[in-house]
Amino acid sequence: MSSLYEEIKPTPASDVPVRRVTITVNGEKRVAEVEPRLLLAHLIRQGLRLTGTHTGCDTSNCGACTVLLDGIPIKSCTMLAVQADGHAVTTVEGLATASELHPVQEGFKDEHGLQCGFCTPGMMLAAKALLDANPDPTEDEVRWALSGNLCRCTGYQNIVKSVLWAAEKLRSQSAS
Amino acid sequence: MTALDEIKIGGMGASRKRVEDNRFIRGKGNYVDDIVLPGMLHMEILRSPLAHARIRSVDASKAWEIPGVRLVMTGEMMATRNLAWMPTLSYDTQAVLATDKVRFQGQEVACVIADDPYIAKDACEAIVVDYEPLPVIVNPTQAMAADAPIIRDDKENQHDNVVYDWEVGDRAGTDRAFEQADVISKLELHYPRSHPSPIECCGSIADFNRATSKLTVYMTSQAPHIIRAAVALVAEIPEHMIRIVSPDLGGGFGNKVPVYPGYVMSILASILLERPVKWIEDKSGNLISTGFGRDVYLHGQMALRKDGKILGVRMHTDADHGAFFSDAQPSKFKIGLMHSTFACYDIPTAHLTARGMYTNKAPGGVAYRCSFRVTEAMFFQERMVHAAANDLGMDQAEFRRLNFVRDDDFPHRTPFGFLTDSGQYGKCLDVGLAAIGYQDFLKEKEEARKHGRLLGIGLSSMTEPLGAGNSREYDILGIKMFDSAELRVHMTGKAILRTGAKSQGQGHETTWAQIVAHELGLPAEDVTVEEGDTDTAPFGMGTYASRSTPVAGAAVAMVSRKVRAKARKLAAHLLEVSEEDVEWELGRFYVRGAPDRGVTIQECAMAAYSNMPDGMEPGLENVSYYDPPNLTWPFGLYIVTVEVDPATGVWDVLRVVAVDDCGVRINPMIVEGQIMGGLTEAFAMASMQFITFDAEGNCVGSNYMDYLLPTAWETPGFELHEVVTPCPHHPIGAKGVGECATVGGPAAFVNAVMDAIGDSAVRNIDMPLLPDRVYQALTERCDVSGAPPVRSDD
Repeated sequence: MSSLYEEIKPTPASDVPVRRVTITVNGEKRVAEVEPRLLLAHLIRQGLRLTGTHTGCDTSNCGACTVLLDGIPIKSCTMLAVQADGHAVTTVEGLATASELHPVQEGFKDEHGLQCGFCTPGMMLAAKALLDANPDPTEDEVRWALSGNLCRCTGYQNIVKSVLWAAEKLRSQSAS
Repeated sequence: MTALDEIKIGGMGASRKRVEDNRFIRGKGNYVDDIVLPGMLHMEILRSPLAHARIRSVDASKAWEIPGVRLVMTGEMMATRNLAWMPTLSYDTQAVLATDKVRFQGQEVACVIADDPYIAKDACEAIVVDYEPLPVIVNPTQAMAADAPIIRDDKENQHDNVVYDWEVGDRAGTDRAFEQADVISKLELHYPRSHPSPIECCGSIADFNRATSKLTVYMTSQAPHIIRAAVALVAEIPEHMIRIVSPDLGGGFGNKVPVYPGYVMSILASILLERPVKWIEDKSGNLISTGFGRDVYLHGQMALRKDGKILGVRMHTDADHGAFFSDAQPSKFKIGLMHSTFACYDIPTAHLTARGMYTNKAPGGVAYRCSFRVTEAMFFQERMVHAAANDLGMDQAEFRRLNFVRDDDFPHRTPFGFLTDSGQYGKCLDVGLAAIGYQDFLKEKEEARKHGRLLGIGLSSMTEPLGAGNSREYDILGIKMFDSAELRVHMTGKAILRTGAKSQGQGHETTWAQIVAHELGLPAEDVTVEEGDTDTAPFGMGTYASRSTPVAGAAVAMVSRKVRAKARKLAAHLLEVSEEDVEWELGRFYVRGAPDRGVTIQECAMAAYSNMPDGMEPGLENVSYYDPPNLTWPFGLYIVTVEVDPATGVWDVLRVVAVDDCGVRINPMIVEGQIMGGLTEAFAMASMQFITFDAEGNCVGSNYMDYLLPTAWETPGFELHEVVTPCPHHPIGAKGVGECATVGGPAAFVNAVMDAIGDSAVRNIDMPLLPDRVYQALTERCDVSGAPPVRSDD
C-alpha cells in the first residue's frame, strides 16, 4: 500500500490480466501493476503523473513522447509499459536538478528553440542522447539526430542552435 | 536622474527571453490532456469508414455491456435533445453525430464515455453500424455534374452542391482592360488540401456542476470567447454559467478555431453524467475530420501591356469545402479575404468570381496559418506574376518592381477595394536581391545549364491584410472583430495584464509585458500576463489571422496609456503641481522645468492605494477595447534558389532569403522565430505536405506516416532580413507577422523549381512538387495536375 487509502475496484467481469512492472523513473524505482496493453507513454503520463511527456501522433512519427530508455531515445507511445520492466527511464522531469537546469534546457530558452512547447521535451531528450554520445556534433549531425522529432512552430533552425549552444556549454563544463 | 534604458527593462525592441519557456523546458506546461479532474471519465469517438453512405442502423448494445462503459451516444440520441446538428462559424450547419447519412470519411457516428480511454476504444469497436454506400464526390467538377448526388440533402432549398457563388470587382472594366491587352497570360492550378496539424490534437474536458449549474470546459481553443458564445447558443446554457478555459496550446495554426463535434459531445456527456468528461482526439481523428486548409482551384488571367504594365486581372476560384462549410468566416466575405490578392501591385482593374462547393471530404476550409484565405490569394498572385513575366520575356524582379505600388502612392486603394497604407516594396526588393546576389546567380544558372545542371531562382512578394477587423467590415456571427486588454497595477508597482487573445506559442506572456514596459516604464518582468479564461479575461475574438499584435497588442498599448493618464493625476498630487505642469519620461513623471523633482510610476501606483487626492477613485487599473481603423499591411519578399536533378526530379533548396517588413518589432527574436516557422510550412506545402483522396473518398494522409511533415533533416536554413515601415494607424506602429512567410513563401519555392525546369511548355506543376511530378514535367514537357482523385494504389 502506497498511501493511506487506496480504492479497490470490483473485479471486472472479463478477467483483465495484470502484470507487475518495476521501472526506474528519473532515478527513482517505481512499481506498478499494468494491463499488458498499456503503453509506456500512458503509464508515464496518467499513472505516474509525469505530464511533460506528450503524446502527439500515436505512430512513432512525431517524437513528442520521446523518453530515454537506459539512455537511448525511444518513442514511448509505441512501447508497452511491460517492455520497460527492469529498465531505467528518463523523462523531461528528470533533466534538471532541483537547483539547476540541464544545459540543453538552458540552450532551448537562450536560443529561442521552442514556441508552443509541445515537442520540446522530446526534442530535448533526443538532444541529450546525442550530446551524451557525441559532445561536439556538427550541424548536420544535430539535424540527423533530431529527425525523429517533429516541430511545427520553429522551423528547426533555432532548435539546432539550441543544441549546439548546449554542446558548447557541456564541453566547457567538462573542461573545467 | 538618468532615464530608464528601455531595452534593459525588457521594453520594445528587446529580444527578451521568453517567460513561458520556464515551464515548457521543465515539462511543466499545462496542456488540456495534462489536466485531471476528480471523477473524470473518458470519451472516444467512432468515425465513419465511408465517405458517403446512408445509415441504416446503429447497434450499440454490445458496447453497453462492456464493464466500465458509462454512456454511449448516437445521432438518434442527440436528435432527441435537438443536438444532432450545430451551427458553424460560417453560417452553415454541421452534424454533431450523424443521423441520416455520413458525408465524409471520419465523420462522427457515435461516442462512448467510459472509466478509461482503453475501455472507451474497446466499446467503440463493439458498435455495429449498417451503411448503405452512396456515390462519392471528391472534387468540384464532380460536385457540379448534372447527375451529382446532393450531399446536403438535409438542407431545405439546397438543390445542388454549391455553398456560395460570389463575385467582387469590376467585371465590365476588366473586360475592357483585356480588350486593350497586348498579351494575355493564363494560368490554371490547384492549391492542394493541407492540414495545419499542430502536434497537439484537439481535446476538451467538460465539467458540469449540478450544484452550481456552472459548466466549465477546458479545451484547445484559439478563440475561447467565441466558443462561450457558441455554447450559449447551441446548448442553451446562460452565458454567465459557462466558463471556457484554454490552457497551454500545443500549436494551433487555425486548426483550433472552429467548434468541433467532440467538444459538444463531451459537454452533453458531462451534463448527463454529472461527471467531468475528457475527450482527447488522436492524430488520425485530427487529420481526417478537423479543419483543413486550401483545396482551391484557380483559373487566372492577366491582361498585360508589352512594356510590362499589368492592365487587369481576372480570376475564378473553385473552393472545395468538404461536407460542411465549417471554418470561421467574416460574414461579409464568402471566401475570406481572397480578394486581397494583387494588393502590392498597382493594377487599374480586376474581377474575381468565387464558388464554394460541397464534397464528400472533411469539412472546413480553415485559414491555415493565414488571414482568411490570403495564402491562396497570394500564391495565385505570385504564380500568375511569375507566368506573366515569362510570357513577356521580362526579368522576374524588374516585372515586379515595375508594377509595385510606389512608396509615395499610399494610401492605395486595391482593385478590390482594400486600402493599403504603408510599405517600401522597392526597398525590400533591393535588400533581397542584394542578399541573394541576384545577377551573379542568374549568370551561375546559365553557366550550369550548359553542363546539364538545372538551377532555378524563385521570387514571391506580397502584402497581406492582417489584423481583422475594423468592426464596420469584419464580424463573425455578427460579433464585431475587436479585441481587448485589461491592466491592473498593484500598489507595489507590479501588474497583471489580461487580453482577449490566446497564445498558441506566439509568446504573448513575453511580448505583451514588453508593450506595457514601453508605455509605462514598468520592467517587463513585473507584469504577469494571463489569457484564455473567459471568467477573467475581457471579451476578445482570439488569436488567428495574425491579429494578436494588430488588435489585442494595440489594446495593450491603449490600456497602458489610460493607466498612465490616471498615474499622471496621482503624480501631480504627489508633486503638488497642476497636471499641466507634469512631464512624462519612461517610468517617471517630473515637474516641467525641474526635472529633478519627480515620482516614479511605482510611486504613483502606491499612491493610488494609499495616498490618492480627495475625490479620486482609488486603484490603478483600466480596460481597453480596441477597434482597429484598418487592417495592417506587412510586406514580405521571399527568394529561393534550387537545383533540380533532371534524372530523378528531386530538388534541393540551395538558399532561402526572406525580407519582412512587419513594421515596428516588439521582440525581434520572437518575430524571427515566427518567420522561420512560417518559411518551414511554406517549404512543407511546396515539397511534401498535402492531403488527398481516392475516388472512394478515402483520405490519403490520415496519419503521420502518410502525411509528410518536414523534419530537421529536410528543412533548409533561412537567411532573414528586415525593413521597417511603421504602421501609420497602430499605436506602436506594429503590423502582423505570424503568417507572412507561410502566405508568401510557397510561391517562391514553386517558382524556383519552375525556373529550373525553364521550359515554356510547362506552365505549372501542382504542389507539392513531389519528385515524380517534377520528373513527369521534365520528361513529358507538360503541366502536372495534383487534383484528386488519386489512384488508390498510389
